[in-house]
Amino acid sequence: MEKERQLLVVFPHPDDEAFGVSGTIATHVQNGTPVTYACLTLGEMGRNMGNPLFTNRENLPKIRKTELTEAARVLGIQDLRMLGFRDKTIEFEDEDKLANTMLALIEDVNPSLIITFYPGYSVHPDHDATGAAVVRAVEMIPVASRPTLHCVAFSNNCVEELGEADIINNITPVANTKLAAIKAHRSQTEQMFTDMEEKLKNQDPQIMVWINNERFWTYKFTK
Amino acid sequence: MESIDVKSVQETINSFANQDVYLHLETTNGAYASHNDQSFFSAGAYIRNALVRYELGKITGNGPYRAGLKINLGWVYAEGLTHFEVDEQGRLLLAGHDQKGKLAVALELSRTPFE
Repeated sequence: MEKERQLLVVFPHPDDEAFGVSGTIATHVQNGTPVTYACLTLGEMGRNMGNPLFTNRENLPKIRKTELTEAARVLGIQDLRMLGFRDKTIEFEDEDKLANTMLALIEDVNPSLIITFYPGYSVHPDHDATGAAVVRAVEMIPVASRPTLHCVAFSNNCVEELGEADIINNITPVANTKLAAIKAHRSQTEQMFTDMEEKLKNQDPQIMVWINNERFWTYKFTK
Repeated sequence: MESIDVKSVQETINSFANQDVYLHLETTNGAYASHNDQSFFSAGAYIRNALVRYELGKITGNGPYRAGLKINLGWVYAEGLTHFEVDEQGRLLLAGHDQKGKLAVALELSRTPFE
C-alpha cells in the first residue's frame, strides 16, 4: 500500500468503516499516516435490537455512538468527526449544501487520499448519496490539486459495470485489528459473528478471502 | 423492552389522549432487503415528530398486536407490534421485532419532541 500524507474516510454509518475498509485504515495508521474519519449519521435506523432485546429505537444511537468511538480507538483513528445527519435521510438533503459541507471538510483535512462509497454502486441510498456528495465536492477543486478518490462498491452489478476493482489491498497483517473493529460495533455485528464463529475458527477460505482483501475503484472524474 | 402487556399499554395510550403528542412511526424491511433477495419488494415509511392529538387510542389483537389512534382529522395505526416500554422520559415505545430481534415497525408517543 502506498504511503499517504493524510487519509480522509467519509461514510454515512457507524460500521461502514469496519467491513470493507478497516484493514486499509489500520495499515495507513501503521504507516504513520494521520486518518480522519467523518461519519455522517449515528445509524439511528439500525434494525438489530438484539435477541434477547438489548435496546430500543430511541437508545440505539447512543449505543452506536459509543461503538463508533471504540472502533475508531481500535483502528488508531486520531480524528473522528460525527457530522450529525440522520440515518436514511442523506439522499433527501440539499445536494449543493451537502457537497459544500464535504468541500469544507476536505479543505480542512487536506487529504492526499479520500475513501468513500462509489455513487450508484453502493446499495444503501445513504451510501450512494454520501459518495455522490464527495465526488461533487472534489469536482469543485482544480484538477491539479485534487486528492485521489478511492471508492467502495458492492452492488450486484458493480463489477459488470465498473470492471474489476483496480486496488486490492491484502490486509492479512492487520486482520485481527479489523476483526476487533467489526466486533466493536457489537449491536450490529454480534449475530454475524455468532454465525461466522465456526468458519473463522476453521479459517474457512471464503471467509478469509473476504476478510483479508479490501477492494477499491479509483474514481475517474469526467469533470 | 418487554413483551406487550395489553392492559399496561392501553392505560398508557389513554394517558396521552386529548393533548398534543409527538409521534414517531416507522415500518421497514431494512435497506438491504432487495440487495440480499432481488425478488423481494422492499417498502417502508417513516415519520418523526408529527404533532398529533387523538381522542381515542386502542391496542388490539392477540399478538402480534395492532395499535390505532383516532386523531383530529384522521387515523394513525401500526401492526405487528410485539414489545413495549415506557422509558425514563415517560414516552411510550411500541415496536414489532422479527424472530431475530430486528425491528420491523415502531410506534412511539412523547409529550416532548423526539431527538
